Amino acid sequence: MGSYLDRSQSGPFAGDPRNSGRVPGAAGSPPAGFMNRQTSSFTDFLASHSPGLLPGGTVPAEVVQGTPGQAIRDLPHATTIVAAVCDGGVVLAGDRRATAGSMIAKRDVEKVFRSDEFSAMGYAGTGSVGIEFVRLFQVELEHYEKMEGRSLSLEGKANRLAFMVRGNLGAAMQGLVVVPLFVGYDEDSGHGRIFSYDVAGGPYEESRFYSIGSGSLFARGALKKFYVDNMPTRDAVLACVQALYDAADDDSATGGPDLTRRIFPVVATVTAEGFRKLPEAEAEAVAQEVVQNRMIRPDGPSAPLLNS
Amino acid sequence: MPFYVSPEQQMRDKADYARKGIARGRSCVVLQYAGGILMVAPNSSSALHKISEIYDRIAFAAVGRYNEYENLRKAGVTYADITGYQFDRHDVTARGIANYYASNLGTIFTESPKPWEVEIVVAEVGGQPDGDQIYRITFDGSVTDEPGFVAFGGQADQVSAALKEHYSEGMSLSEAFAAALSALSAPGNGERTEFAASQLEVAILERARDHRTFRRIRAARLEELIAEARSAPGGSAPDSAPEGSPASAASGPSAPSVPSDSGPATGPDPSSSDRGTGLGGGTPL
Repeated sequence: MGSYLDRSQSGPFAGDPRNSGRVPGAAGSPPAGFMNRQTSSFTDFLASHSPGLLPGGTVPAEVVQGTPGQAIRDLPHATTIVAAVCDGGVVLAGDRRATAGSMIAKRDVEKVFRSDEFSAMGYAGTGSVGIEFVRLFQVELEHYEKMEGRSLSLEGKANRLAFMVRGNLGAAMQGLVVVPLFVGYDEDSGHGRIFSYDVAGGPYEESRFYSIGSGSLFARGALKKFYVDNMPTRDAVLACVQALYDAADDDSATGGPDLTRRIFPVVATVTAEGFRKLPEAEAEAVAQEVVQNRMIRPDGPSAPLLNS
Repeated sequence: MPFYVSPEQQMRDKADYARKGIARGRSCVVLQYAGGILMVAPNSSSALHKISEIYDRIAFAAVGRYNEYENLRKAGVTYADITGYQFDRHDVTARGIANYYASNLGTIFTESPKPWEVEIVVAEVGGQPDGDQIYRITFDGSVTDEPGFVAFGGQADQVSAALKEHYSEGMSLSEAFAAALSALSAPGNGERTEFAASQLEVAILERARDHRTFRRIRAARLEELIAEARSAPGGSAPDSAPEGSPASAASGPSAPSVPSDSGPATGPDPSSSDRGTGLGGGTPL
């Protein structure tokens, strides 16, 4: 019996000590498992404790040979996200479409999320991996806050996200690409900030506005013309929705405001008051305003040819 | 060491050692009020907490050795975050965390030469008052379910008796705080019987909030609560009534008048004005 208990022989309680939550130590030492953690990072702990729970993972080689397989290309993909720094904060907005190849997979998907009180993220790419990313990142930030008794700095949050994106590189190379866009309010400087990523990580700080996803070229072009430094939050929201409209206008994978089903872009602001997602009615009002305006001029407002 | 020590003796020695260590500190109280769960601990440090957040609706309060309960707190946060990530946020429960602590403390008590000198309370606020849960876990891993209120650590018996006298179901936040303060000021619990805001650590689990319900009460709001508690009849005045005559009189009629104050306690407490009416007994301070 003693040999069972000291684990020198396999018995009813043998097996991977991780499964039992206890690690056999020297006799008399306290059980390990979740105790005596060396890091306050949830992701790092997950990687050592149960790596199977990390997003992405790798796809079996037979599924993907050389180029991303048809199966992966046909997974639902999220499309366009735009962000703009405004006076005293930052605006993040995303369209609602998910596409699977040339089909529309979902019309009312949300890809803009609160990551913590003073930051938000959106993602473009494989929907399922993106959802896991968001969940993990939310837990990561909250976990650090609870463990350390303080929030990470905005740069710290952006860097953590970079490591997570980097961790997905293997899966990304096999086609499970997901790229986030991270925004936050910097409590030290009192400004909104935007961080972008590529599949290998980042972060790259963007100074005024940015866009990711399939419609990002059109959205960024539009934002370039709409954007004014230090624009009020309300104007920045309008500019972002206008940019999404332009992206939907030219990119088949980006969805415009759906008036019949009343599906409108998700818009969030992060300011000194914290994260705020525009309520449905407010988002609808902005989208309706844009659509009404386009009834008069389908290409949207025109910019002056020269600075006055 | 060739000496033989019987297991009974060994366990008794360990338990005595742990009990002594825990009794050296000061008590901490956790109690239910209409809007959630209130936790109060004497603690002059504003950085080294005795009361902390574990998860959305779950909090942790501990007494004893800081390094030991801090280790348990972090393990609890990890357990909760892993469970919530693996399943869903709703699947993290105080019962699960209490069991996790119990099994760990039990193992430590039997296997480690030095038992951990800690006592822990895990509290969860439910959607309704009857969904609230308060679990107390002692150094040897025993768990008890404490309905309503619990005082632990230090001179827990005296504080518990005092708290029982002042506690009633459905109290407002300021009433519950007054009860907690008068219990903590009970004779026997340390020398000082008057607490300043800087010597108290106060936190609540607020039923009406969504997502993360844990909130610390500090600075101005805490001063306000202390002032209200002092001016309340049967309040924190150094236990003027051992028989509890004003206190028990106060808890009776005040209970039905409470429901007006069930909203979120973020702003100044609206009930501060309706207390003291019809309760007789002038202010003892």
